[in-house]
Amino acid sequence: MTNPEGRFGVHGGQYVPETLMNAINELDEAYAFYKSDPAFQAELHDLLNNYAGRPSLLYFAERMTRDLGGAKVYLKREDLNHTGAHKINNVLGQALLAKKMGKKRLIAETGAGQHGVATATAAALLDMECEVFMGRKDTERQALNVYRMRLLGAKVHPVDSGTATLKDAVSETMREWTNRVADTHYCLGSVMGPHPFPTIVRDFQAVISQEIKSQMLEREGRLPNAVLACVGGGSNAIGTFYHFIDDEDVRLIGCEAAGRGIDTLETAATVNTGSLGIFHGMKSYFCQDEYGQISPVYSISAGLDYPGVGPEHAWLHDIGRAEYVPVTDDEAVDAFEYLSRTEGIIPAIESSHALAHAMKIVPDMDKSDIVVVTLSGRGDKDVAAIARYRGEDLHE
Amino acid sequence: MSKTDITRAFAGGKAFIPFVTCGDPNIETTAAVVRALAEAGAAIIELGIPFSDPTAEGPVIQNANVRALAGGTTTDTVFDLVRDLRAGRPGADGTFAAAPVTTPFVFMTYANVVFHYGIERFCQRMVEVGVDGLILPEVPLEEKDEFASVCAQHDLAFISLVAPTSAGRIQAIAREAEGFVYLVSSLGTTGMRDTFATDLDAIVAQIREATDVPIAIGFGISTPDQARTMAAKADGVIVGSAIVAQAAEAASPAQAANTLGAYAKAMVEAVR
Repeated sequence: MTNPEGRFGVHGGQYVPETLMNAINELDEAYAFYKSDPAFQAELHDLLNNYAGRPSLLYFAERMTRDLGGAKVYLKREDLNHTGAHKINNVLGQALLAKKMGKKRLIAETGAGQHGVATATAAALLDMECEVFMGRKDTERQALNVYRMRLLGAKVHPVDSGTATLKDAVSETMREWTNRVADTHYCLGSVMGPHPFPTIVRDFQAVISQEIKSQMLEREGRLPNAVLACVGGGSNAIGTFYHFIDDEDVRLIGCEAAGRGIDTLETAATVNTGSLGIFHGMKSYFCQDEYGQISPVYSISAGLDYPGVGPEHAWLHDIGRAEYVPVTDDEAVDAFEYLSRTEGIIPAIESSHALAHAMKIVPDMDKSDIVVVTLSGRGDKDVAAIARYRGEDLHE
Repeated sequence: MSKTDITRAFAGGKAFIPFVTCGDPNIETTAAVVRALAEAGAAIIELGIPFSDPTAEGPVIQNANVRALAGGTTTDTVFDLVRDLRAGRPGADGTFAAAPVTTPFVFMTYANVVFHYGIERFCQRMVEVGVDGLILPEVPLEEKDEFASVCAQHDLAFISLVAPTSAGRIQAIAREAEGFVYLVSSLGTTGMRDTFATDLDAIVAQIREATDVPIAIGFGISTPDQARTMAAKADGVIVGSAIVAQAAEAASPAQAANTLGAYAKAMVEAVR
């Protein structure tokens, strides 16, 4: 889908300081080589299957299906991956690539901490140094993940600038990369940033839709009517969509974090409330004010609390191929609790946004219809925060 | 005013190019400081339009951006500031000399500030108020056309940066350079430091092979000694964080102007 300049329609590009241009061009060239290198692919495949636990299950949520009374609901269980989220798919790919490029150190941003944990994990496995940048506010709401990263041997830097959340963690990691670029790879966690990151991360996450497709054909002998995933930067969503983009009968639904609602300022629903801009290396949609100042966004979910969206999603929105819908904190928390009780699966609060939208549309669909919801991560990390949301005095 | 004014600013000897974050701590201080810098002999003045997420800046200028935005500074406020400086109007408290400032100005800001304003509209306003060039630190050679082509239509210089990590790209960047080449002194973000990249002389030589456009070295320079050393390597030096830090600490616009006027005189002397 990428044209030679790393564009998705008008979106994408390489808006980074000159200091980083050779590094991202070098990455682009290395990736072009290794993506068609059978030895690299075999090594990655082995890591994904024998270390991360792929393929992940496509689970028929029978009780949820019966309860909602409409389409059949399948859950793509990325929460069952090693480290508990889809993030490991991308991280193993990038870390292996970085290692092949001779890099000795990985740096990464993290929001909820899942990408930081995955990066720290890959660094431990591949014997690389690792430093993770995380907004101070997020280090507080996801304290367990901070300790997890340290346990894995990573250094965690709390970021105090700006809103002290994911956006600022990305800015700070970019700054650190300009500081020390020769031996360091920036292991970006989503389908965002400058080219080639949106393409590399998408390719490593595309395994999600590749598996859904073959598992669905095997189980049902047909494709689903709709696939749903939550969208912050959009990596699990692009992974869920990618192999269905050409299957025009499959609806692609991205669920954005609306926070307290898209008619409030406390929202992170970029496609629904943002406008075209240039930030964090890419042209895409961003939440911003009348002078192009990036908005301080809000969501209960640290992983979706980002004012931009990946350029390929912006393009899929422009051409009308994918739909992007807002889901509020309240709806996501309800879905979090619903899945826990109904299926015995505690989903990440991020993934709960996709579940919440499924709960809205499934009852109105035909019983012969099928939807797939990607459970991008597990909810253990969110339990204390949800308890507090419900008024309980529970701290980790 | 036009892009040729920028290149001409180097004709009188090595150039001292100070940077200020507009609106930090307030627009009156910026106006007073810019006048003082011009009177002290600055060859060109870089005016920073604040941005919420300045990814190329170190902590000093990051914090200046935060303060400027919190104080209500907008892109239009900065355009008005330049208009007033060019017209020679006094600052808001009426205490400043009213002589028009004729020193060339360049804007330094972030791509989204210009893009969101509308590139064409932004460049038109630059011409109307009297700004001669534009620096966007996260718009490299690969992405510059969208901005540089509009600047060219308005006879504005789109200023390119070369970094210590630019090996293999230096001549391609230099061949298209306008106004001056901004040579980044070291890795990392802006901010005062003690050590600089070791191969600056070799980079300068490569730039000179491709262009006659002057070269100014920036990032990290704060003392007259550093300025003297760097000026000897190129055609000018750019100083940002050291000025921003002093402006932020000043008790009043007049005090900021006094302090920075004296500092700028010492730096102008040092680079000669």
